[in-house]
Amino acid sequence: MTDPTVEEFARDAEAWFAENTPADPGFMLPLTFMEVGEDRQFDFLRDWQRKVYEAGFLGAAWPAEYGGGGLTDAHQKAATRAMRNAKAPIFLNAIGLNWAGPLILDTGNEAQKSAYLKNILSAEDIWCQGFSEPDNGSDLGNAQLKAVRDGDDYVLDGSKIWTTQGNYADHMILLARTDPDAPNKYAGLSFFLAPMKIPGIRTQKLQKLTGEYGFTQTFFEGARIPASTLIGGEGNGWKVAMRTLEYERGARGGQAGGYVSISPDMMGVLDLARQVERDGAPALDDPVLADQMLDHLMDMHALSLGNERRRLAPLVEDHPTALPMMAKLEFSELFRAVSQFALTLLGPKAAYYVGEPNSADDGWWARSYLNAFSATIGGGTSQIQKNIIGEHVLGLPKTR
Amino acid sequence: MASAPDISDRLGRMGLSEEQADLMRVAAEFCREQSPPERVRTLIDDERGYDPAVWRQIGELGWCGIATPEEHGGAGLNLAEIVPVAEHMGRTMMATPFLVSTLAAEAILAGGTDAQKSHWLPRLAAGEIVGTLALGEAGDQMTALGTAEDGGAMVSGRATLIEHAAAADIIVLAFTQSGTARLAILETERLPEGALRRERIIDDTRRAYELTLRTFELPAANLMPAETVTAARERVELAGALLHAADMVGGAFRVIDYTADYLRTRTQFGKQIGSYQALKHPLVDAFVGYEKARSHLYAAAHSYGSASGRPGARNDMSGEIAVRMAKAQAERAYAFAADRAIQFHGGFGFTYDCDAGLHRRRALWNASRHGDARAQKKKLAKLLF
Repeated sequence: MTDPTVEEFARDAEAWFAENTPADPGFMLPLTFMEVGEDRQFDFLRDWQRKVYEAGFLGAAWPAEYGGGGLTDAHQKAATRAMRNAKAPIFLNAIGLNWAGPLILDTGNEAQKSAYLKNILSAEDIWCQGFSEPDNGSDLGNAQLKAVRDGDDYVLDGSKIWTTQGNYADHMILLARTDPDAPNKYAGLSFFLAPMKIPGIRTQKLQKLTGEYGFTQTFFEGARIPASTLIGGEGNGWKVAMRTLEYERGARGGQAGGYVSISPDMMGVLDLARQVERDGAPALDDPVLADQMLDHLMDMHALSLGNERRRLAPLVEDHPTALPMMAKLEFSELFRAVSQFALTLLGPKAAYYVGEPNSADDGWWARSYLNAFSATIGGGTSQIQKNIIGEHVLGLPKTR
Repeated sequence: MASAPDISDRLGRMGLSEEQADLMRVAAEFCREQSPPERVRTLIDDERGYDPAVWRQIGELGWCGIATPEEHGGAGLNLAEIVPVAEHMGRTMMATPFLVSTLAAEAILAGGTDAQKSHWLPRLAAGEIVGTLALGEAGDQMTALGTAEDGGAMVSGRATLIEHAAAADIIVLAFTQSGTARLAILETERLPEGALRRERIIDDTRRAYELTLRTFELPAANLMPAETVTAARERVELAGALLHAADMVGGAFRVIDYTADYLRTRTQFGKQIGSYQALKHPLVDAFVGYEKARSHLYAAAHSYGSASGRPGARNDMSGEIAVRMAKAQAERAYAFAADRAIQFHGGFGFTYDCDAGLHRRRALWNASRHGDARAQKKKLAKLLF
């Protein structure tokens, strides 16, 4: 059987999503994979991911021997476009699909690839991430959770925080300290693909700014994990973690496809601006609001132009890494600013929140704005991103 | 949510032509060699304000005639091909009548008679002569009060902010005749003594003059047809916005680079000052602003064809929208970068010797030409909302 062309695949995907995208389940679905706070949300989204995977529209570009579709990125992009057009729900297994998966594909050994990749795609195994600790957030290199070698195992003691879907997860990508006496803090770190459903690991839900759940604090008390779950070799954890963050920040490719969050797009906020009235006139007749709308529009368009510019070598020669390194900072800050602007547009109705029948769009923009901080803080705060850009792109001295 | 008409197909698209890529390399080297910082300083004290030898070389390189049709001695390409040239002139703060002379040629191309095009365009395209613009700044009053024997106009009044007028051979001059807007090609060799007064402008890398005329005769052969005036003015406005956006994006790059260099070398409290986030983060903000403006610039350069009425161009507004966005974004980026550059150089930043000040002044000049950000956004709101 020959592979379908991208056009054929796109047609199939359009048809499939038109047919299979589920109707409103009658309860609120999370905007992002970080707000999966109820069992019914979890079950619904897990079923959905499995269904899409089984239809061939997730992981289309991952190798067939590990459960992928064996096709190209262009195929997967076409499928992702189709799900967006159909306004399909998000995929919940974000950390598996976008960070752990590409990492294992690129740097894992054969046994790890065979063991994990297919179940990431099917959502059979849910993945979470153990990077931040209560006392070590932006200073990730100072992570203190202990992993002590004992025979064929490592014994874990300590705590991780902001563990998305920690209460549901089967595996965790874990940054732990294997050598407290290493010459510098980075050299003492190692990276594990740790099992979660074992004795000695316990999670506690955290309520978020939006009022929803979805994060846990995760406690490790003498939990034993096999040494075979180490990836990248002992003492190389920092390097592996940095690579993982590149997947997370969109600076490196290999993700399985689809989307794991719903963000306001350019049209969404413009639609809102065209619909709402202020002082009895269309909001965009107000020159102040029109001016602000234009600034946001230009910023949003600059971001998509920047993505296209990355491919034009003469236009990125001066600072080849600048555009990918800026992406996370720019996207997350824009998402926050645009959501906040939407609340400005709403005027008196900005007083309402999710669940209130008198609210506009069921409080979508209020939740979107508060949720936006997950991206300006998570994955390295915007301030850390500015340090990285300042140091790695502009060559400024390190901040200590 | 309900959905309103999609505007994304009216926005500029990214692209780069082979000509642009080639010109980028050549222009980068040329501008670096011909406009090093010490040369910029020397020319500030020079009355003419630019180096005629460099101008001759620019002519020989064919850059003045990129957008001039082949029948008039040019290369017949899209004007946007020279965006990289303007960008690198901005990076090196080059003192040159290149932009304004190019725009004068655009005015004649869009508004001149066949005879005027044949006479002036080949010489402008070759860089043999310098053209400039007096299209009517705020407060200008230039009026034709009588008719000359050959049907020409006798004009009186005042025009301001005419770039490089003292060195220019021709001025494309706006005036009103019986309430109608007109354009003419004024030959400066016929100007009486004292007609031009050098104005003190904020940008010392450029020159501008006030022109005062008293019943000055513009021969009929030099008047552009009244019906082409609007087209010519619109063409110059958009081309001018594009090229000045390029100049500003170039300037923003350099002033950020210049400041980063200082933050790496200057030490206070025993540390390089670039290690302080109070300086590092705003410089990154400036850099991000620059990168965004550059994306808009090259989208404008790629989409400009659709605004210039060329054959095969998309018959839509995306070129105009892209150019106006680029001008507005470039102004914001350059102004912020240069403003912070002055501050971050501390006491040295307050001296005339620091290039940050030259950049801030150049940014203000560029912003004021062919519509500032406010004017661009006002038009964008009309085009998009």
